[in-house]
Amino acid sequence: MARKRPDPVQVVKQRRDATLSALVHGVPYIQFLGIEFERRGDELTAILPFDDKLIGNPMLPAIHGGVTAGFLETTAVIGLAWSVLWDDVESGRIDMDELTSGKLPRLPKTIDFTVDYLRSGLPRDAYARARVNRSGRRYASVHVEAWQDQRSVLFAQATGHFLMPQRES
Amino acid sequence: MTKRKAEIAEHFINAIPHCKALNMRLTSIANGVAEMELPYDLRIVGDPDTGVLHGGAVSALMDTCCGAAAMSHPASPSGTATIDLRIDYMRAATPGQAVRTRAECYRITKSVAFVRATAVDDDDDNPVATATGAFTVEGL
Repeated sequence: MARKRPDPVQVVKQRRDATLSALVHGVPYIQFLGIEFERRGDELTAILPFDDKLIGNPMLPAIHGGVTAGFLETTAVIGLAWSVLWDDVESGRIDMDELTSGKLPRLPKTIDFTVDYLRSGLPRDAYARARVNRSGRRYASVHVEAWQDQRSVLFAQATGHFLMPQRES
Repeated sequence: MTKRKAEIAEHFINAIPHCKALNMRLTSIANGVAEMELPYDLRIVGDPDTGVLHGGAVSALMDTCCGAAAMSHPASPSGTATIDLRIDYMRAATPGQAVRTRAECYRITKSVAFVRATAVDDDDDNPVATATGAFTVEGL
């Protein structure tokens, strides 16, 4: 039986990167904190480059707990939106013109978010990855881990629940 | 709390770079209760279609306010750090309006301060978010 010929790698990558870029660069708060995302296949790593305006305790100095919370929440929301969009991106069903013209896919809404502060955030770049533990039609549960210099030494982790955007039918 | 301690706490909070970047303001602080305000700002919008502020900015406001409440408790010797903070988002903050929050340190031990907070916009009766957290009690 003939199998559909896979799309050329450049086409696939272009579609993935354009989708991710639209998700990330359309949100002012993400730009304000300076968060970027790196992608390997479907795996995303969020990066928060250190900046003086992120400081919460000037004496230590340490990253503000609210920045850590915002960084983790952003990682969770983008990670969740990305996992939901993935099939449409891969199949090419996603409307690229709409996406690049600035019409964002609707993002999940945070119901609650709990941050566990394990150690103070140093004045260095921070990284985070989200894991979607459950993604239903209406609700989702996402866990996020954040670290700085060493992947195995977390400085914060969080769990959040989200309300999924309803697809227009 | 002595007047001097309140002044120190106020000074400390107003010197936090991230709070300055968000133009946050401490409006009241005494005896384990603190109030703060976050003006509406297009730079911290989370949903560009509606102009609603991002949850992260509300988190920063509530975290700071809870920390301030813990520090201002008569039994707190000085500084504090967040151990854990849970935020429940009840509704989107109305675009164009400031978010105001009131935090109360309702229990403090030698090592831990327990704090809760509520955030509202111009509609005082319908909370935008609530928070509960545990904070460290640092020695002098």
